[in-house]
Amino acid sequence: MDTSHLFASGHSACPGCGQAIAARLVLRATGKDVIIANPTGCLEIFSSNYTASSWEVPWIHSLFENAAPVASGIESALKATGRLDRITVIAQGGDGAMADIGLGALSGTWERGHDILTICYDNEAYMNTGIQRSGLTPYDASTTTSPAGEVSLGNPRLKKDLPQIAVAHGLPYVATASVGYPQDLDRKVKKAVSIRGPKYIQIHVPCPLGWRHDSALSIDIARLAVQTGLFPIIEIEGGQLTSARKIGKKRGVEEYLRPQGRFRHLFESPAGQQELKKIQEIADRNIERYALIRAG
Amino acid sequence: MAPRMIRGAQAVAEAAALCRPQVISAYPITPQTVIVEELAQMIANGKLEAEFVNVESEHSAASVVLGASATGVRVYTATSSQGLLLMSEVLYNIAGMRLPVVLTCANRSVSAPLNIWNDQQDSISLRDSGCLQFYAENNQEAVDLLLLAYRVAEDHGVMLPALVCVDGFLLPHAYEAVDVPEPKEVDAFLPPYQPLYRLDPDEPLTFGAYAEPDKYMEARYMMQRAQEKAISVIQEAGHSFEKVFGRPISALMERYRMDDASTALVAMGSVIGTIKDVVDELRSQGQRVGALKIVTYRPFPKELIYHALKEMENIIVLDKAVSLGSGGPLATEIRAAFQGSPQPPRVSGVIAGLGGRDITMDTIKRIISQAQKEVMEAEFVDLREDMELEGVD
Repeated sequence: MDTSHLFASGHSACPGCGQAIAARLVLRATGKDVIIANPTGCLEIFSSNYTASSWEVPWIHSLFENAAPVASGIESALKATGRLDRITVIAQGGDGAMADIGLGALSGTWERGHDILTICYDNEAYMNTGIQRSGLTPYDASTTTSPAGEVSLGNPRLKKDLPQIAVAHGLPYVATASVGYPQDLDRKVKKAVSIRGPKYIQIHVPCPLGWRHDSALSIDIARLAVQTGLFPIIEIEGGQLTSARKIGKKRGVEEYLRPQGRFRHLFESPAGQQELKKIQEIADRNIERYALIRAG
Repeated sequence: MAPRMIRGAQAVAEAAALCRPQVISAYPITPQTVIVEELAQMIANGKLEAEFVNVESEHSAASVVLGASATGVRVYTATSSQGLLLMSEVLYNIAGMRLPVVLTCANRSVSAPLNIWNDQQDSISLRDSGCLQFYAENNQEAVDLLLLAYRVAEDHGVMLPALVCVDGFLLPHAYEAVDVPEPKEVDAFLPPYQPLYRLDPDEPLTFGAYAEPDKYMEARYMMQRAQEKAISVIQEAGHSFEKVFGRPISALMERYRMDDASTALVAMGSVIGTIKDVVDELRSQGQRVGALKIVTYRPFPKELIYHALKEMENIIVLDKAVSLGSGGPLATEIRAAFQGSPQPPRVSGVIAGLGGRDITMDTIKRIISQAQKEVMEAEFVDLREDMELEGVD
């Protein structure tokens, strides 16, 4: 295995940062012929403190909400100069940038059909600004702007289904992946790069600081999200579900939730116990919807 | 080429096409849209080879040209009013990233109240963004300044975005005789864009790194230095323009009948045409009146302006914008140019023509006679007298 990294060490990500690991895996899969547009966020901050940079590939940060249209401009310039054939354009950022503040711009970029791979590193809240709720924060997670309290059980809304929003734009390739499954992630990135047109991959990446779990547990937690059915890793090609990683043995959601401080309040009250049942129902619905358990 | 009677939007679009942009991105907004419609049609007819990116907002239009410019190609966009304000976050960013994006701003008022007509509040609001700003008096200047703007913006000593401001409706929708130059002349004046840096896997660079307090200020200082340097680059580009195209250009400012004048009117954009007519009329009556047209607003050529105005007894600055809570933005800077001089001229500031209100010759004559009696701080001229103007009810 090639041990050189296009995303170099020496950056200032927290220990156990799922996003940093996933970003390195993505570049390992694409190789060096890429140009990356990266919005404001943790990944940008911990990798590009002038005069240092972890990026061994051309990389641009502009603003919080415009990575996708910046990538559109890059792609258009490459097309105009006949260089698009050998260069993959990537727009990558966190869930706040992609699912919330940049969603309108992302929708425009998808709708225009640019040959761009969009990647959302989904750590389920605004981590760079200090763990505020985003549209991808899961149900009942306690964040600084959806805190659990005397009369609150955390985030009252379900996680926005961004992959289905991507599918609704007619993208030829939409996938979810997890930093807990690097080979699956590698395969999906390589497949996406091989397809012309707009592609979207949403990668579930634990944030030990925001999820409040031991930093040594990041990969285990990421795998538990998949194994409980709370974060199914799937592929949708041409609008059809073409793969869904099966769960060998179904695990209860409590196994995933209990090590994380953001869900601790659910284990501390009778009302919280009721909520655990609702979260199990979310997982069960995913298991059914994507047939995550092998029949027989 | 001989001048042709064409619409301003067509003239601007033809000039933009002559600059050979490879990526154009825009979003519809009145009164700018007519410009990019012309460009879209040129591409549709195979007359212009460029990627035309139809975006879902001006924020994205600016972001697209940012990304394309960083990839090393020449770009173009155009906007107005709310569109410019929506772009403003990106334009500040483009300036800080030192990308020579050029856009035409068809100047329009900003909401509220919603109003689609001309004033210059939109571009004036981007005064501090780091963008160069040029103001055209007529459609010939809208063309000429666009060519000049690319040349200056892309100068390696400058590397800043540029706004070419044209008064909305009054210029883009007006038919005037315009000399749109030949492609080979434009190519001689404006060679292909040579980026200093570009996004390229063969030479990977990081663009848009963040800077901590120990480095941020240096980046902003370098932008200020580039703005200052742009004054001489604009002058040189003006000289080169005259050589290549064989006709003059007022690149920084224009003095109109200023010799022996004791009263000078100062303004930007199309209103200068009306002011010149007033100057001619008053001159024929023996009044010593002249006009100073500010073409380059950023960088602000304050030394040249000082020398052009220092002999005046009366200066009247007409702003088509207002810094609410202060006064006319141009008037404020003209006054500042005389700060500390032993016998500063009287500088009157008037706010006129907001939201498309006509500025007539009579208006200007009235302003002149009032300014000869008293110094006006920030006088709104031609306000209605039949409306209650106090309070919000």
